[in-house]
Amino acid sequence: MIRHVILGAGVAGITAAEAIRASDQTADITIVSEDPHGFYSRPGLAYYLSGELPEKQLYVYSKEDWQRLNVRFVQARATRLLPQEHRLELGEAGALIYDRLLLATGSTAVRLNIPGAELQGVVKLDTFDDTRHIFTLARRARSAVVVGGGIIAVELVEGLRAQGLNVHYFLRGERYWPNVLDEKESRLVEKRLAEHGINLHYHTDAAEILEKRGKVAGVRTAKGENIRCEIVAAGIGVRPRMELAQAAGLATERGILVDEYLQTSQADIFAAGDAAQVFDPLTGISSIDTLWYPARQQGRAAAQNMTGGRQPFRRNVAVNVLRLAGVMIAIIGSVGTGEEPLDVARGSSETWRRLPNTIAVGSGGGVNQVRLTIGEQTLLGAVVMGEQTLARPLQELISNQVDITPVRDQLLQPSMPLGQVLMDFWYTTSGKPS
Amino acid sequence: MPISTSISSPTTRHEALASGHVVPESARCVQCGICTFNCPIGIDVRRYARLGEHITNPRCLTCGECVQRCPRCVLRFDRLNIFKERGK
Repeated sequence: MIRHVILGAGVAGITAAEAIRASDQTADITIVSEDPHGFYSRPGLAYYLSGELPEKQLYVYSKEDWQRLNVRFVQARATRLLPQEHRLELGEAGALIYDRLLLATGSTAVRLNIPGAELQGVVKLDTFDDTRHIFTLARRARSAVVVGGGIIAVELVEGLRAQGLNVHYFLRGERYWPNVLDEKESRLVEKRLAEHGINLHYHTDAAEILEKRGKVAGVRTAKGENIRCEIVAAGIGVRPRMELAQAAGLATERGILVDEYLQTSQADIFAAGDAAQVFDPLTGISSIDTLWYPARQQGRAAAQNMTGGRQPFRRNVAVNVLRLAGVMIAIIGSVGTGEEPLDVARGSSETWRRLPNTIAVGSGGGVNQVRLTIGEQTLLGAVVMGEQTLARPLQELISNQVDITPVRDQLLQPSMPLGQVLMDFWYTTSGKPS
Repeated sequence: MPISTSISSPTTRHEALASGHVVPESARCVQCGICTFNCPIGIDVRRYARLGEHITNPRCLTCGECVQRCPRCVLRFDRLNIFKERGK
């Protein structure tokens, strides 16, 4: 019997286990996870922190789901991988011998690299335990400083505010998330944050975390200003967890390198999810996605290849729909603004920032805005803020690479209501509404 | 047709609710469970979203609580067509 070992109990690992089980009711599957909480919704941690969800709701699987999956679950930290011996060492928990191994190790939050970063009161929003830790600290805190420019940073801002804290949000540059949002979109998020009582500090870097009896007492900015706080929260990006793969001699770059079959440089070791840097034969580029759905697709494809299939992973257009500062935002396909990119951020895709020769147009005002990235014959990307009716049609038009020649000129006209043109065009091409 | 009413043809809220059911778009779902948590009659909406199935539970009131609360716009109303769509 083939021994399948899956390292990681996030969405990539669990989906792989589901797919292996679906193909073989008797398959031998072991899942190894360092996280004692097993499988839960990491994106949901933000809603747990904001008070919208109770803790137990984050667990995706019921007891019956686990029984149906019928896997051996080992809570342990993998300490060494020996590919030649097909052996995964788990420290004091012993070792596992595998025939097929999936590295679904995910990513981990990048830690602040400034003096004081090790103090009690410096937090991240990465795991269940991180979130519980924030709750504990917030009970005795009055103020917090949040550092970082992407989704997680704003989720931390909102979550800490929801705990009743006075929140200072440091933006390194002159606006929020400049490598994905354009200026109008950034300003909208900033305005909403300010309306919720957040203190925005532009062109501000944390230079040092100040201490009092081993705990956070404040932050000194690069400009020399001191801000009192008891919590410093960082959402400055994530790093694929690939130390084990590197030490084992597997090919790595920014993540664990895999081909379109999710196979690493070792034939019987696969990788999927945030940790994997996946080759796309259509573009010739290897990219990292830190999104839930691509992780799910990769886990499924990896499982098919681990069980004897030959199923390539085909990257869809990267989509994330989320709520930032109370505003719904859909980010679809290539939308980059050409500004300096972050390394890797959670809930992101490197493909968003990859732009061929394109024109960006936008329309709308106030909270409802649409921005399109228009290529020669197709739409390449879109950002839809506020009202989301257009998001789904745009997702279809972009994913299916629909030829937009009939409306391209209209879309490029400055005063054209993009929404109406797009909906009419979508009806024509899709035959909707029925 | 105004965009705000463009996706579904029914013109009143009541008609929309009575003639439709809730449909998830699994590609957007992050399984946070807000839908399930807020369902007034306890339907595990998240499970349907995970499996990519329409919410065909006959107890569903189509009250719209899950549609409105979802922070990822995963859920929407769609017209009920039991002959073509059921179970998909």
